[in-house]
Amino acid sequence: MKIFLAILLTGILTNNYILSKFLGICPFLGVSKKLNTAAGMSAAVIFVMVLATAVTYPINTLLMKNDMEYLQTVVFILVIAALVQLVEIVLKKYMVSLYNSLGIYLPLITTNCAVLGVVLLNIDEGYNFAQSMVSSLGAGLGFMVAMVMFAGVREKLESSDIPKFLEGLPITLVAASLTSMSFLGFTGLVEGMFS
Amino acid sequence: MSILTAVATVAVIGLVLGLGLAVASIVMAVPKDEKAEKIRECLPGANCGACGFSGCDGYASALSKGETDNTALCSPGGNAVSAQVAEILGVQAGEVMPEAAVVLCKGHNGSAARKYDYRGVDSCRMASQLFGGPKECVYGCMGLGDCVKACPYEAIHICDGVARINPVQCRACKMCVNTCPKNLIEMMPLHRVTAAVLCKNHDKGAVTRKACSAGCIGCMKCVKACEYNAVTVTNFAAHVDYEKCVGCGKCNEACPVNAIDLVDMKIV
Repeated sequence: MKIFLAILLTGILTNNYILSKFLGICPFLGVSKKLNTAAGMSAAVIFVMVLATAVTYPINTLLMKNDMEYLQTVVFILVIAALVQLVEIVLKKYMVSLYNSLGIYLPLITTNCAVLGVVLLNIDEGYNFAQSMVSSLGAGLGFMVAMVMFAGVREKLESSDIPKFLEGLPITLVAASLTSMSFLGFTGLVEGMFS
Repeated sequence: MSILTAVATVAVIGLVLGLGLAVASIVMAVPKDEKAEKIRECLPGANCGACGFSGCDGYASALSKGETDNTALCSPGGNAVSAQVAEILGVQAGEVMPEAAVVLCKGHNGSAARKYDYRGVDSCRMASQLFGGPKECVYGCMGLGDCVKACPYEAIHICDGVARINPVQCRACKMCVNTCPKNLIEMMPLHRVTAAVLCKNHDKGAVTRKACSAGCIGCMKCVKACEYNAVTVTNFAAHVDYEKCVGCGKCNEACPVNAIDLVDMKIV
């Protein structure tokens, strides 16, 4: 039980995929302008991450058995893209309201590097199936924490007095680096808690 | 040999996934309302709700099902969209009045006096509940940007403590009009120059004067100056009837506090 909690917290805080591993920066800067779009995007990412892990884990064991680990990246991209497409079709048919609320974000994360990163890193870490699932859930939640937090920062930035030469993207990048630096403060936290 | 197996593996997986998706898209195909789809493509897609339906999809399906035959409800789309939709439906196109929203306040940081320093949540609605807002004038714009957040077209910005709407980007969806807790935002006709009283302060002149140097004191000079009876003063605040106004600028010259501006909407 302890290890699951450790994996979850690691994904959210110490090894945050956006702020410590720098994966998924594109949506982090692209859709963090408003709080509700950030939350919608994060919900879609959590959903796809967990689902992608569930699907790619058995495929990976199959690849391992046939000594074809080097195909992981290619196959996973293929599988995740097809999976997202399938999920979109299913949602459109059976859960129209969820489909409408996820909207454009679902196809956007088809090839999100954070999603691919999670499934590949889970394998590198040598997690078993349950651990992989928890790890991807943690990664998704970490994504959400970073997105929602940064959306808050950006909404504050909108109404503050910024020097002309820093307006727009420059100040956003500065704010992003500061946020990411603040997450360095969590280093060693989880190890300390569970050692 | 190994490269062949690799290629074959990926090809087989791709083939299986592709076939699976093809089957899924046939099995779970959603019957589409083609007319609604076509109409939906014409609409701007901001889901602003200016038409009174739940977003562009709602309006499109209502039009195709015949729940409404008014093609002029989409003010962001204007006459162009109205004509396109009318062509699809085969009905007469409705006329859309071109309009843009304007914030009726000139209480910039320099001119409006402050009651207290607001450090709360960044929301006009919240601030206005605290003694009517941080500015001495309880009628004025607080500049905390509820309208900025509401605008789907990013047409509104806070300039020097007051919200300003860019008429080029404004698509007249009226989201900001309904959001402003002080009811400061009004629709004005496009494509002409119109005078507008940029103040809604209903206090007596002396009180207004203390609160804001750009506030309307209700002196009636503009009423006398206007040759077209377009300006009226009620409750110590002047208002321009945009239908009657010709944009001659007499009221603007007469105003002693400079509360009346000539709003140039011709640039659009």
